[in-house]
Amino acid sequence: MAADLPTPNANASPPPAASAACGTCVFNHAAQLRALGVDVSGHDHVVALAGNPNTGKSTVFNALTGLRQHVGNWPGKTVTGAEGGFGYRRRRYKLVDLPGTYSLLSDSQDEDVARDFLLFGQPDVTVVVVDATRLQRNLNLVLQILQITGRVVVALNLIDEAHRHGLSLDQRHLARELGVPVVPMAARSRRGLDALLEAIEQVALGTVATRARRVHHGDARTERAVRELAAQLLREYPGLANTRWIALRLLEGDPGIERAVTDGTLDRLSSPTPHAVSSETPGT
Amino acid sequence: MRNVHKGSPAGASTATTLDRLRRGQIATVTAVDIHGPQRRRLMDLGVLPGSRIHIDRVSPLGDPTAYLVRGSVIALRREQARGIHITVEQE
Amino acid sequence: MTGFSILDRAARLRDGLPEGFRDEVVESLYSDAARITETSVTERDHGTRPPLDRLLDRALTHRVWGFATMGLLFFAVFWFTISGAAGPSGLLSSVLVDHGHSRLHAVAAPLPLPDWVSGLLLDGVYLSTAWVVAVMLPPMAIFFPLFTLLEDFGYLPRVAFNLDRLFAKAGAHGKQSLSMMMGYGCNAAGVTATRIIDSRRERLIAIITNNFSVCNGRWPTLILMGTIFIGALAPPALAGVIAAASVVTVAFLGVLVTLLVSWALSKTVLRGHSSTYSLELPPYRPPKVWRTLYTSLIDRTLKVLRRAVVMAAPAGAVVWLISNVTVAEASIAAHLVGVLDPLGWVLGLNGIILLAYLVAIPANEIIIPTILMLTTTLGPNLFDAQQGVMLELGTAQTHTVLTQAGGWTLLTAVNLMLFSLLHNPCSTTVLTIWNETKSPKWTTVATLLPIALGFAVTALTATVARLAGWA
Ligand SMILES: Nc1nc2c(ncn2[C@@H]2O[C@H](COP(=O)(O)OP(=O)(O)O)[C@@H](O)[C@H]2O)c(=O)[nH]1
Ligand SMILES: [Mg+2]
Repeated sequence: MAADLPTPNANASPPPAASAACGTCVFNHAAQLRALGVDVSGHDHVVALAGNPNTGKSTVFNALTGLRQHVGNWPGKTVTGAEGGFGYRRRRYKLVDLPGTYSLLSDSQDEDVARDFLLFGQPDVTVVVVDATRLQRNLNLVLQILQITGRVVVALNLIDEAHRHGLSLDQRHLARELGVPVVPMAARSRRGLDALLEAIEQVALGTVATRARRVHHGDARTERAVRELAAQLLREYPGLANTRWIALRLLEGDPGIERAVTDGTLDRLSSPTPHAVSSETPGT
Repeated sequence: MRNVHKGSPAGASTATTLDRLRRGQIATVTAVDIHGPQRRRLMDLGVLPGSRIHIDRVSPLGDPTAYLVRGSVIALRREQARGIHITVEQE
Repeated sequence: MTGFSILDRAARLRDGLPEGFRDEVVESLYSDAARITETSVTERDHGTRPPLDRLLDRALTHRVWGFATMGLLFFAVFWFTISGAAGPSGLLSSVLVDHGHSRLHAVAAPLPLPDWVSGLLLDGVYLSTAWVVAVMLPPMAIFFPLFTLLEDFGYLPRVAFNLDRLFAKAGAHGKQSLSMMMGYGCNAAGVTATRIIDSRRERLIAIITNNFSVCNGRWPTLILMGTIFIGALAPPALAGVIAAASVVTVAFLGVLVTLLVSWALSKTVLRGHSSTYSLELPPYRPPKVWRTLYTSLIDRTLKVLRRAVVMAAPAGAVVWLISNVTVAEASIAAHLVGVLDPLGWVLGLNGIILLAYLVAIPANEIIIPTILMLTTTLGPNLFDAQQGVMLELGTAQTHTVLTQAGGWTLLTAVNLMLFSLLHNPCSTTVLTIWNETKSPKWTTVATLLPIALGFAVTALTATVARLAGWA
């Protein structure tokens, strides 16, 4: 089903080889990046950083906002979200650093924040930071996110480590398969930031048409039930996005989503105020 | 209990569970006989049917064991490894 | 309610679906991911890890060397912290406390201020704040960067890997050792870090026992006691190492208590099997040394210091007030100490120490200055101190004050170290526990259990020491 997808990003973002070959364009674009720290006032777009634990989300966050969100080499050190701002070209962005999550399907507490924000916060762009050395595992999450939004940029991070491990990746092929831009980068040494910013802007402005890979469910009964429930969701919550995904989760009896139904989260979302559920940061 | 290979008489010598795997052996996961959220988590981490797996380290106290699977090193306690069915490929 | 009609509908539809449809949905995503990966990645050397990573793991998780390096690394971190901080601390205290304090008094003298105002502000608020800065800034500025380097390198999950068996035996979650290690920086942060534990039972165990990680607010107490009472027992050449060893011993006792209490909880009120878990050992990553030093200094050190200062200022005022407001011929402090003294004696401590712990509920950082101040005020006046002034004394003088004016013995020092490990969490931590659990019951348990233990242990050591004739 992916074979017929176009390759939207292949020419849209600068050739990803830019990170290595095009030393000057790093400066060109980086010059247009303005780290705004905690200032998120008057932002034009909301960008979420999602991904498996320990893939470099906080490193990307810090590089773009100039903040110093805690970075450490173990899965689980970011358990609360953080917000910051950056400007690129003439627009201001609010960036949300989410706790790491292996999947949107589990119901563990540290993953709730990320899942709820992606599902209900409706960010304009979701950057999925991916560990290039553990691609398959990371793609599980990418595919799940693609089921709920197509406005995705895949940041193929830790590309330096992938090379050290003797891996080579065909990011054009990957982009074609996924239907969204894929940007190879090494966030820690700020390589590839330019291409990432470019891709974020294009997805935010809609100047690149993403065609996210959706998975249909083989079993006809499952597919029918999903469609039926999604239709009812849309009737009762007009304007609700991701009804298919929510329907599927409800069929599975996901307690987190059931909570969202009963506590009025869906109600709020069906009225047009996106970003309502933000990542609050409890504790210290 | 779906998909669980109970060990057919012919291939009995190589079909076993992950806790029985010895250092130096390479195996392929055939089924994950664990249910609930932990099943998902294992799959999230790359432990799913078809994955090649071998022992990377054993904890100094004997348990858990760290396995190398799909490029990452994952430590599992023995009771969990017992629920993962494998076939041993080579000595 | 529309919400419930949706849930009903979902339940009805679910009944008509084939058994195990959930797994099929998920597994179709997983097999897609596997296929895409296979077509996008080419591996040069199949399924191996870089040799350096393997070599490091072989050393750091080795049967013998794994534990040896673990002990050595943590000892080295504490030792660097203690010995490296001594000089800068002395310098800061002479600048801020000795000179700063008298300079401020000189400035304030000509002003038409009532005595109690300058007393409260200069002798109470300023001195306690200056003391906290002098004593806490240098060790934290050394400890946090060192710890962050280890963390960045990828060492923490290896410690969890090495210790897991012990936690499993204690019925605790394998990731509890990670939140425990975060607790060495700050217990409130450690409690928040327990979110990585899925099971509520095991998470509660981790929260309740986090207080047994000696947070940085308590080291000044341990370091001072270790230096002037225990290090002093050794020949001068070894004093530093012995002092560090005594601090490490207390930290190690904390790990033991963590395991014992976890075990006891999982056998009683929080009964259950330790759940399975999976811990990923990330690749080692050479830390970016300069950036780490810079950010951990700015972030962790200054953040924690700011908190300490914010807490120390009002506490200084309280100490000054209770020492200077007189009721029925004696200061409030004297009355309180009189009330607490019998209990203090039973615990091998004294009333002043207990009063200091009451004043220091908001922040453990100010225990030592409060003790010193109260001792100089209430005991025989050896150094001509004013009422309620937090004296800054050299190490030798501190020893003299505590032994002569306060009547301290080695038992008092050892029990203070034990009590510093085993007492109620600071108020910030209690608040965090409440936020994380939203349970009055477990917040209470987490608050009172450690102090009950503290009473029991110190009473025991005091009784044993007295029966044996050591004290
Ligand atoms: N070699 C390398 N390391 C990186 C890169 N990006 C992040 N890291 C390291 O990966 C670890 C995890 O980074 P962090 O931003 O905390 O990940 P998060 O859990 O996704 O927020 C840290 O030790 C980073 O220094 C990169 O591009 N190259
Ligand atoms: Mg992070």
